[in-house]
Amino acid sequence: MKSILRLTALPVLALALGACSSGPQPQEQAADYPEPVFTAKRLLPPEKDNLDDLTAVYDPWEGMNKRIYNFNYHFDQAVFLPVVRGYETVVPQVGRTGISNFFNNFDDLLTALNSALQLKPRKFLQSTGRVLVNSTVGLFGLVDVATAMEIPRPAEDFGQTLGYWGVGQGPYLVIPFLGPSNLRDGLGKLPDVYVQSTVKSEVLSEPVDLTTTLIYPIDTRANTSFRYYENGSAFEYQMVRWLYSTKRKLDVEQ
Amino acid sequence: MVGLCGLLFASLTFAAVTTVANYDYPIKDRFAATVVGTPEEYQAKLPKDIPFKGRSLVVFPERVTPDVFFYGHELLYSVALQDHEAPLIFLIAGTGASHNGSKNTNMARAFYQAGFHVVSVSSPTYNNFVIAASKTGVVGHAQRDAEDIYRVFEMIWDDLKDEIKATSFNVTGYSLGGFNAAFVSKLDEERKSFNFKRVLLINPPVSLYNSISLLDRMTQDIPGGVNNFDKFVDKLMRAYTSTYEETADAGGEDFLYKTYKALKLKDEELAALIGTSFRVSSASLVFTSDVMADYGYIKPKGLELDRYSNLQVYNEVSLRLGFTDYYHEFFYPFYKAEYPSMTRDEFIASMSLTSIEEYLKNSKKITMMGNVDDVILEPGEIDFFPRVFGDRATIYPYGGHCGNMNYRDNVAHMVAAFTKGEIQ
Repeated sequence: MKSILRLTALPVLALALGACSSGPQPQEQAADYPEPVFTAKRLLPPEKDNLDDLTAVYDPWEGMNKRIYNFNYHFDQAVFLPVVRGYETVVPQVGRTGISNFFNNFDDLLTALNSALQLKPRKFLQSTGRVLVNSTVGLFGLVDVATAMEIPRPAEDFGQTLGYWGVGQGPYLVIPFLGPSNLRDGLGKLPDVYVQSTVKSEVLSEPVDLTTTLIYPIDTRANTSFRYYENGSAFEYQMVRWLYSTKRKLDVEQ
Repeated sequence: MVGLCGLLFASLTFAAVTTVANYDYPIKDRFAATVVGTPEEYQAKLPKDIPFKGRSLVVFPERVTPDVFFYGHELLYSVALQDHEAPLIFLIAGTGASHNGSKNTNMARAFYQAGFHVVSVSSPTYNNFVIAASKTGVVGHAQRDAEDIYRVFEMIWDDLKDEIKATSFNVTGYSLGGFNAAFVSKLDEERKSFNFKRVLLINPPVSLYNSISLLDRMTQDIPGGVNNFDKFVDKLMRAYTSTYEETADAGGEDFLYKTYKALKLKDEELAALIGTSFRVSSASLVFTSDVMADYGYIKPKGLELDRYSNLQVYNEVSLRLGFTDYYHEFFYPFYKAEYPSMTRDEFIASMSLTSIEEYLKNSKKITMMGNVDDVILEPGEIDFFPRVFGDRATIYPYGGHCGNMNYRDNVAHMVAAFTKGEIQ
């Protein structure tokens, strides 16, 4: 989620509006309302019977998704962001960077595993190298020595692994607390989380394991610049949905 | 293509205006400069951790905000306040941009470092501003927008005046925000709430209608026409994601510079990019205005949308409408009632700096900085500034539209526009 939400900051993406076809039918206006100046019908070229949908994403659960999206917004305002602000007040920057590095190290481990599952030797070696260097020289992952050594940091998760082996994204899905996803990536989180938590409980003492589990979502939110309803678009739900799906499509292709 | 030919023609006529000499901004291509901005090594060194904090206020307590925009009832803005008496500067963002967007944030850093109280507001065309602070909901009107901004300035100052002491009031803005600043300054001459000491216009348009027409035409510059749009987008997205993997700061200007270099985009492609980016902003604006004014432009009049309504069809329709469509079929008819005797052409002419030329000519407190290769100016429009402002206009030889705003010389210029000749 971190990476996809960062995407919304990029004006270049504003351009990418032309991927899909098979769009919405021109809307039938209810009889009680006067026809607006511009309708989909008026914009139709003569040879077509529906508008190409520039930003279409398969979203049969939109009603539910929008309610979860709305819940996430309120949770973000009432709980998540205040906690993050407290965290940033209490923990100094150098500490927060160390904590982020620590979690990134576990993510690199997942990338190594998923690169292996996708038969991608370069990414496998890069992420394995990162984990080895950072876990040792980098003091259990607190210092990101690997980046200083210019080892690239690829990102692969189980959702991408499923995509690599031909599983489509499925319906768009907004997950409570986590945000945009789809059925494939949502299910893909389960093995990722399972592997990560198993490894963590093996290598960490119980109090450390418990503490880090609590800090993880705060660290993630602190590193996500996205703020609900502050990107200036009246169509935020669609925009986030489209950006997420496009980003994941390209992630799988790489 | 028509738009592009016009722009190429414009590049042949640059010679008429005197520009700043010894200027080392690195990107000489006007479109690339507009898209990329300033690579990091050329940027001014500014403090990253200023106390730039978000705040909010309710502008119209009696307004019932439509449920589809339930999140927009309060106007959001940002401040960075000194802990001692200091001059205060208001920043106005450009089209579709917010109080905490990258350009306003950078200006806030520069002015805070120079010892100013900084108050940053979104463009009147920004979704949150339209919902919370536009009196009519129909924005893009030179005088009405200035009144909305002025009201917001007054309310913000009312909130701040017990907290800080201001030795003077100043205002600046870039792009449409620069245009707004000129009209806000003029309004201040009547209202006198602030008696602005100095005003700086950064890359303002001369005529709103000319600039939006240029931007609208840029969407037609998609290489190979609309049928090849998919390929163009794929090329952009692939280069984008491959650069993205290597860089931590995906929103930054260094990142854009790398992507730009990797892509080797042609001018028409860059123009298409600028035009489409503008289109995304204008689509949102047109829909927001339509809902707020319940005009019945793309949403049926009287239909109430709520936070769960499916907006896809409105998104699709508004993405296909140019800003000029909005201008002729919504904006002009909407305001026609106010000026029954004004023709369409007169109305267009009134939405320009030309309409307040005398005021600009005689107001020594107003200075401006622009770029000779600005992509939102029609051929010859740049001449307006030296002619009207005289030596209060500074024209740079490069930078496109706002591309050089973070360049060190330009940042120094912005600050000097408010501090030169002052005792610090």
